[in-house]
Amino acid sequence: MTDALSAAVSISFHGLAFAMVLYLISVGLSVTMGMMGFVNLAHGVFAMLGGYIVTSLISRHGVPFGLALVAAAVFTALGSIVIERLLYRRLYGGDELDQVLLTVGLIFMSVAAVTYVWGPMPQPMHPPRWLAGEVDLGFRSFPAFRSFLILCGAALVTALWLGLERTRFGVRIRAAVDNLRMAQSVGINTSRLFTLTFALGSGLAGLGGGLGADLLAISPSYALDNLIYFLIVVAVGGLGSIGPFVAALLIGVADTGFKYLLPELGAFIIYLLTMAILLWRPRGLFGRA
Amino acid sequence: MAAFLVFPSYLPLGSQILATILFALSADLVLGYAGIVTLGHAAFFGTGAYTSGILAVNGWGEPISGLLAGALAAAVIGVVSGFLVLRTSGLTLLMQTLVVATLLHEAANRASSITGGDDGLQGMQMWPIFGVFRFDLFGRTAYIYCLVVLFLCWWLARRIVHSPFGRSLTGIRENVLRMHAIGAPVMRRRLVIYTISAALAGLAGGLIAQTTAFVGLGFLSLDRSGTVLIMLIIGGVGRLYGAFIGVPLYMIAQDRFSEVAPVYWYFWIGLLMVLVVAFARGGIFGLVGRLRR
Repeated sequence: MTDALSAAVSISFHGLAFAMVLYLISVGLSVTMGMMGFVNLAHGVFAMLGGYIVTSLISRHGVPFGLALVAAAVFTALGSIVIERLLYRRLYGGDELDQVLLTVGLIFMSVAAVTYVWGPMPQPMHPPRWLAGEVDLGFRSFPAFRSFLILCGAALVTALWLGLERTRFGVRIRAAVDNLRMAQSVGINTSRLFTLTFALGSGLAGLGGGLGADLLAISPSYALDNLIYFLIVVAVGGLGSIGPFVAALLIGVADTGFKYLLPELGAFIIYLLTMAILLWRPRGLFGRA
Repeated sequence: MAAFLVFPSYLPLGSQILATILFALSADLVLGYAGIVTLGHAAFFGTGAYTSGILAVNGWGEPISGLLAGALAAAVIGVVSGFLVLRTSGLTLLMQTLVVATLLHEAANRASSITGGDDGLQGMQMWPIFGVFRFDLFGRTAYIYCLVVLFLCWWLARRIVHSPFGRSLTGIRENVLRMHAIGAPVMRRRLVIYTISAALAGLAGGLIAQTTAFVGLGFLSLDRSGTVLIMLIIGGVGRLYGAFIGVPLYMIAQDRFSEVAPVYWYFWIGLLMVLVVAFARGGIFGLVGRLRR
């Protein structure tokens, strides 16, 4: 019995950590999808970039962990503004195929560019000394780095919700997601709102990529390999802020659990589950018709 | 045909190009004519390749029936997955097609006793075509074999596109609501073309498996689904001839470029893609058409 309980605890713990990373990375994708109707398959590139910045700042330049995370978020956010202004803007409201091709092209470019700069091998993540080892919670001890990840994720998720629900900026975002034309007619500068939101989402993805560098290994094919996870979170969750979080929790815990309990079937179940959910609710668990 | 006489040493590459044209042609049917944007077309290509390949490894090396078995297997996957997937649209549809391909990729990876897993499927023994034409070392038979299959499929695709059925597909692509309103069975038509396209992609996969005697996990990868879209875009979507332009351009450039710096090939092709989408929609044919105007 205690064995089963301890397995359940560790599945929930690691699942929760994975869910946080998934949510941080995917939430931006969900908002760009909802607001601009833009299929940004290259969203994982920002997460990958964040991961590379964090790992290389720490291991090559000895930058403190916290500072490296901030640098990753800021740099990816700024980089994404350039891409949004230069390329994405042209295709808002355009053909879905064009959006897919543009973003697949960006993924391919990122694969080669990253290989050029950092080489083909995965980058190791060295947690700082104060996060190495375990944290003892009395009944059980947990890896400190993962615990930090969960706390960090929880804090960001709360901040994000409060920001969306309680600030003027959040109101504008929700208005634009709900009804773009109406939001424009009441005088919201949606063009600037798009850019800011896009940068925010990309910055969060960069942060998520950096924080989760030991969960989703940082390698050149990152954006291709993990694309399916990010898409699943957005599609299963539906658009909005709560949906993707629930979906990330579901996927994070289920994926960890099935890989632990049924390693033979591994990823199969998660994909079948996704298909089943989307057959039942094509717009996602929290989507509106 | 010209390539056969002019560049005899490039015949193996030539056969691969022909088979890939068929793959791109099949993608054009769903993408260009039915307007279904898919990220999982490699699922059918890979299924066809593995089916033909596994038959050949296990002692059934008859090419034509092996090829048809591959197409049939791909069509079955197409009809089943299409039935589930085509109900959705947009991002969800994209993701579902990707999930189907990833599932098959995972299955092929796990069933390594049958598929060879990471090492790929090797050791195919092909019998002569019709019991007469052997697959020779220089790839002459393979080239003509691919050419004939491609020609037949192109003819079929042309017939389909210009039939009333093909017209109604274009109608669905352009305005689904109106097609519903005039009573067209939208779902069924989309499913039919999806299945036909899957079968053609399976044929393409089978051709490559038989002529190169190798099938790997890459045949089912997202990478493969993405590159076929790219090749098609270079030539132009929804024109039926786009595949004939885009695929040779892409593959010859890749062949040339790979000798210099294989890893960075992706950078240039990605850049080309971005530029084409941003500045030259409609591919090369589209560009030519615009210049003429």
